Amino acid sequence: MASTTAPVPLPERLTRIWDTAPGLYGVLATVDHKVIGKRYLVTSMIFLLLGGAEAAMMRAQLARANEQLLSPEAYNQIFSMHGITMIFWYAAPVLSGFSNYLWPLMLGARDMACPRANALSYWTFLMSGVFLYTSVLVGAVPDRGWFAYAPLTEAAYSPGLNMDFYAIGLTFLSVSTTVGAVNFIVTLFKTRAPGLSVNRLPIFVWGTLTTSFAILFAAPALTAACVLLYFDRRFGTHFYDPALGGSSLLWQHLFWSFGHPWVYVVVLPAMGIVSDLIPTFCRRPLVGYTLVALATVSTGILGFGVWVHHMFATGINATASSFFSAASMVITIPSAIAVFSWLATMWHGRPVFKTPMLFAAGFIVLFVIGGVSGVATAANAYDLQLTDTYFVVAHLHYVLIGINVFAVMAGFYYWLPKITGRMLDERMGKLNFWLMFLGFGVGFFPMHTLGLLGMPRRIYTYADGLGWGWQNMWVTIGAYVFALGVVVFIVNFFWSLVNGAEAGSNPWDAPTLEWATPSPPPPYNFARIPIVASRHPLWEDRINEGTGRSVLETGPMLDKGRDTFGTTPLDAEPDEILRMPEDTAWPFFLALSVLVLAYGLLFGLIWLAAIGVVGLFICIIGWFMPSHEPALTLER
Amino acid sequence: MATSANPYDLPINPARESNPGWWAMVLIIVTEGMLFAYLLFSYFYLGSMTIGPFPSDGPPKLELALPNTIILLVSSGTMYWAERGIRAGNQTRLRLGMLITLVLGIVFLTIQGIEYSHKTFALQTNAYSGLFFTITGFHGAHVFVGLLLNIAVQTWAWRGWFTAERHLAVTNAALYWHFVDGVWLVVFFSLYITPYFR
Repeated sequence: MASTTAPVPLPERLTRIWDTAPGLYGVLATVDHKVIGKRYLVTSMIFLLLGGAEAAMMRAQLARANEQLLSPEAYNQIFSMHGITMIFWYAAPVLSGFSNYLWPLMLGARDMACPRANALSYWTFLMSGVFLYTSVLVGAVPDRGWFAYAPLTEAAYSPGLNMDFYAIGLTFLSVSTTVGAVNFIVTLFKTRAPGLSVNRLPIFVWGTLTTSFAILFAAPALTAACVLLYFDRRFGTHFYDPALGGSSLLWQHLFWSFGHPWVYVVVLPAMGIVSDLIPTFCRRPLVGYTLVALATVSTGILGFGVWVHHMFATGINATASSFFSAASMVITIPSAIAVFSWLATMWHGRPVFKTPMLFAAGFIVLFVIGGVSGVATAANAYDLQLTDTYFVVAHLHYVLIGINVFAVMAGFYYWLPKITGRMLDERMGKLNFWLMFLGFGVGFFPMHTLGLLGMPRRIYTYADGLGWGWQNMWVTIGAYVFALGVVVFIVNFFWSLVNGAEAGSNPWDAPTLEWATPSPPPPYNFARIPIVASRHPLWEDRINEGTGRSVLETGPMLDKGRDTFGTTPLDAEPDEILRMPEDTAWPFFLALSVLVLAYGLLFGLIWLAAIGVVGLFICIIGWFMPSHEPALTLER
Repeated sequence: MATSANPYDLPINPARESNPGWWAMVLIIVTEGMLFAYLLFSYFYLGSMTIGPFPSDGPPKLELALPNTIILLVSSGTMYWAERGIRAGNQTRLRLGMLITLVLGIVFLTIQGIEYSHKTFALQTNAYSGLFFTITGFHGAHVFVGLLLNIAVQTWAWRGWFTAERHLAVTNAALYWHFVDGVWLVVFFSLYITPYFR
């Protein structure tokens, strides 16, 4: 490092500082946010495929009346795992993948603020998923639905390890989510490029930031719910047992206190993806940036005040119902602000319908339909008719597929060229979009009418002559067409890796900082730290925004170590240098210790749990052991 | 910032309360605090739903819990004294303060264990007993973690690894310890004091 004689070119110098070691150690020890982001994306897409395979089995079973493909027990397991996998192990982690990969690039930094915590959040995500799916090997798959209502989940009614996998697995995943959320918030506070003040952040960053705060405040509710459930099941406590002072509604309150904020966790960053991508394809800045940013934050806050709308049918009193019904309606305001902002941007711009923009447009359509059915279920009186019918299933799929999966697909078509350096094929992309969009409409719209006709959710089959048969056949056909669209995406991805056109640094002529780096970006992201003067650093010459000009080519090098700027929280003025930690395998072993602990708790093996706890503490101490060299020896 | 200025004039990883590690600890405390909030919500919710006495055997006695609360509060003071010491470069204050904190923490857990052994109910007796042991037990587990952090940081302190400039591990361990004490005040008020209001 920092040789004084033969000068090594800057990129090479930085690569030596930032590159991950080769071999197995590098695989386990890397803290590069781009590697972690890619792992998040790939792992969560594998969970999407698993959840999708489960959906395919369910739709085969439901296509006709009195079908016998699956037993009732198998059906219970499959619909439970479908929900758990999609909501917990796909929908949020896939957005974490985008955020991990993109945040430092968008923020003009060289890594996340806590790179080792970043590695930990991935490893715990992966291992909690492995833990959940080992339930298949043991033959004790969670089978009481993704929201696992007590008292059905109590040991008396759900013997076996099935629901223990659920309770321990979700608590395990909370570790990952929480660590990730802490890291995003600290990153936003600390590591932005000089000049990237909060009013210049991409909306996607606002989305993930809001989400991260929501996780810190909401995830403990799920942890508390699951811990109490585990205690009830394993130690014979009575938290959810009305006979001895407990309450089955306690589970519902805790679960939905977590559950509704979680809805915004899996949609706000996705809305951010669309808010940032529409301007690029409409060739103009987003209309109402400030309003959309504020709408994002206020949705996140309002999301904490609506959980009881999941519980209208439990017999809570009318005053409480009315309050939560009204609070739920209020959320339409920030949502509508976002929708009208997207429409106005398209109206005032010149939309170019490349694949990412197609997905973004489809997203808006589904967002509106899902929003309207959401207002329907928020209305107390109407909801009493709809609770536990397929109408709710329709609504939640419009929200989760419409607002999450379509945005994720848009994000893949938009940013995969940055990640892989290759463009995806446009013709396959369009086929991909239309298969998914039409398949979705055919598959999920009839669920509304099925619900209105009274078809309950979670039934493994139904009698002939109820008038549900042909609509269910439609749903199944639509679902398989949708799945075909996913297959086209996978084919397109692998085909384009080899045959795709070179992307170059900015194939879409986009305005934000991530497009100022080569595709794929080098390990150090930016050879020179950018100094930002506006919201659209790469469009400044055209739109004459603000007074100054961003500095992209001649900024500071910071080449004496793994360095990036530490900046002030609001105005992003550099006030220190952050020397980032080296690669380390401690996070991997820490996650492994938690896995051992989880199995110890699952099987009731105290010695195994003890090994996990001891490993945990060894890893924490190894990780945080301070360097005992004096500060002065840090090279400047 | 002018591009010509040497960025390395800025301090590198200064030990102050804007360090990423400090922020991370603050945010972890926020989320841990929420965990206690949800557990206490469960306590008050089930209490409000219970017909008949809650707690089932009357309000808990204060003769052990009150002195124990004072012990924990004092330990926060000694931790503060130690942490302020290393900020001024005083190794003795750091080591002594953390040692006293450790002893007080162990005394707290011991007294809590004695109180547990005097209880007439068990974890499985009813929902109240479960909540009592779960909430105080979760707090006890946090005290235990705080003590382990104390032991690790103290080991490094006795080796002289901290200076007035570099002591983030001390600051974070102290922050966590103050949180554990602060949350006890809330737990103590909820579980030991509010039953007397009924």
